[in-house]
Amino acid sequence: MQKSKSNGRYILLFVILISALLALMLWSISTGSVSIPFREAWNILFHRSGQTGETYYTVIHEIRIPRVIAASLLGGALSVSGFLLQTFFGNPIAGPYILGISSGARLVVALTMVFLLSRGIMTTPAVMILAAFIGSMLAMGFVLAVSFRIKNMSLLVVCGIMIGYICTAVTDLVVTFADDSNIVNLHNWSLGSFSGISWSNVRLMVVLTGIVLVFTFLLSKPIGACQMGESYARNMGVNVKRLRIILILLSSFLSAIVTAFAGPISFVGVAVPHLMKMLMKTARPLVLIPGCFLGGAIITLFCDDMSRLLFAPTELAVSSVTAILLAPVVIIMMVRRKGGRDD
Amino acid sequence: MTEKKADSRILRAEHLKAGYAHRVIVDDVSFDLYPGEIVTLIGPNGAGKSTLLKSIIRQLPVFSGTVYLEGESMARMKDSCIAEKMSMVMTQRLHPEYMTCRDVAATGRYPYTGRLGILSEEDWGIVDEALQMMHADIVANQDFTKVSDGQRQRVMLARALCQQPAVLILDEPTSFLDMRFKLDILSGIRKMARERKLAVLMSLHEVDLARKVSDQILCIQNGKAVRSGTPEEIFAGNYIQKLYGVEEKCFDSRLGMMNLPADAGDPAVFVICGGGTGIGTFYALQRKNIPFAAGVLYENDIDYAVASSVAGTVVSARAFYPVPEDCLEAAKKLIDKSEKCLCTLTGFGPYNEVNRILKEYARKTGKLQEQKE
Repeated sequence: MQKSKSNGRYILLFVILISALLALMLWSISTGSVSIPFREAWNILFHRSGQTGETYYTVIHEIRIPRVIAASLLGGALSVSGFLLQTFFGNPIAGPYILGISSGARLVVALTMVFLLSRGIMTTPAVMILAAFIGSMLAMGFVLAVSFRIKNMSLLVVCGIMIGYICTAVTDLVVTFADDSNIVNLHNWSLGSFSGISWSNVRLMVVLTGIVLVFTFLLSKPIGACQMGESYARNMGVNVKRLRIILILLSSFLSAIVTAFAGPISFVGVAVPHLMKMLMKTARPLVLIPGCFLGGAIITLFCDDMSRLLFAPTELAVSSVTAILLAPVVIIMMVRRKGGRDD
Repeated sequence: MTEKKADSRILRAEHLKAGYAHRVIVDDVSFDLYPGEIVTLIGPNGAGKSTLLKSIIRQLPVFSGTVYLEGESMARMKDSCIAEKMSMVMTQRLHPEYMTCRDVAATGRYPYTGRLGILSEEDWGIVDEALQMMHADIVANQDFTKVSDGQRQRVMLARALCQQPAVLILDEPTSFLDMRFKLDILSGIRKMARERKLAVLMSLHEVDLARKVSDQILCIQNGKAVRSGTPEEIFAGNYIQKLYGVEEKCFDSRLGMMNLPADAGDPAVFVICGGGTGIGTFYALQRKNIPFAAGVLYENDIDYAVASSVAGTVVSARAFYPVPEDCLEAAKKLIDKSEKCLCTLTGFGPYNEVNRILKEYARKTGKLQEQKE
């Protein structure tokens, strides 16, 4: 009885989240520095009216749709990545940005770009993703090495933040001293932005994140067991060692994809899983993985909209918006957790 | 008897050696566990009870020796296969987020659910039945982190039961629980073992309870299984006191009663008592560190059982025999040496003349402190 009631609740929440995401996507497509009347946007989207050459058509098809899809997809991927990291470390304040994984990815991508550009080679998205993945894994390796020595969760986060700082500093150096006109591009990217994403990029990220997310979703059951702690998970028949390696790879890969295309985006990974837990009143991965994806998509898309609308035509870095919106969530959550627990 | 049912052994450890990274904690332990039987590990703190249990559930590495589960070496079994045969409740605390007690218990169905871990109607039926059996159904829909330790332990046992194991491993299932939960949980375990033919291996700190609930007791000391047997065998003589390294007088192995060591020195107070009336006075004197003597007590008197561990001297007489004259004389001498005398008896029956005489003697010598009515 109890179960069917909460199942109904989940279904209702999913319907609401999906509708909200779709509505926000439509709104995002029609607004911007070039404001397009909603009816016009609707026609262009669904009735294929308009020509390739028309301004509205071009703006919508070549700029806004890819950007909106990228922001939602990557935001979703980021918060799933955060959820996996939180499960892995059993640490509520873990996230790809906080643990320095995004910054590690960014550093290696920046180095790769500068290296290739200096030789006159254009980077392809595949190379970027690979570089980002290597960077993620390197930073992750550091965090893991620390986590073996330090069992204290807060110290682990502090270490992650330090790793993040080091990577950011080195990246800034590289970006500052690389003198190439293309570096302007790199500078934008290194702040975190969804602008300038092409359709071919979108296709690649849909395929990659799609595969990783489906795979992650299919692991809901063992991930749920992991939330009960290692020994219970093991007693339930989970190969904990293997699962942990898979979790590391999946979360690093997800944040690598995000960083490769959009640069480091702060706080989505750490805050969204908590917001979704609070909203859905569950931590079950089966519900929360899709929930985090939808929540991350909505919040990131909204933040991206704010970044381009607030001071249009000047664009803010997405991270500025996500930080203002989501960092307080993390603080509130930490305070509440401290107060609510007796040991 | 053991030989007869040897082939039905469900869990068997042979020369088990285990511990942490570079430290052997459990050394050469062997035991057998049969369906429907409770085997309890007792022994001092740090003896290796938890380590032994953790190595059996494969949380810690086994250095050498073998554990057989249903005749198969556990080292060669897959985790998922073990999960259907063995479940556990350890001392480590859980902090699941947004999970009701029912959800926590339901995680025990893990090995039996499909790819996505969705429970069927039947699974939920099993969960609710387990919760009921452990009397945890009243908290089923409450947040697991917000219920009391006792309720939590009931839920964890229900969870273990949901896994439908043949063997249940419990590490100190009654620690931190109040009397009611201790009794409730142990009788629950007893019931599970009997009704479901479950083999239970657990560690307990309460030796008196271990005696009441176990079929076999395994004594662990310094990582070795120093003795095993039925509770009757283990509790014979003063073995328990030796095992825990306490003074012989501090534990009454017949009653399972623990007492603080008696104060040394000449008795300052003599207590005339009997039939359980003196126990309160004994402890009151002991609390104030006043050495005392008690008498005259028959050896089958409940006061005698307590006095013999907390009183400096006890004047006693063999049960069902007349009290010999020298007993009275010995008691009188003790009263002479004491500063005062207390009498907890309110009346003297025809077979308790000796204590009536003793009280008269105390009154005459002016040592008797009259009890306030």
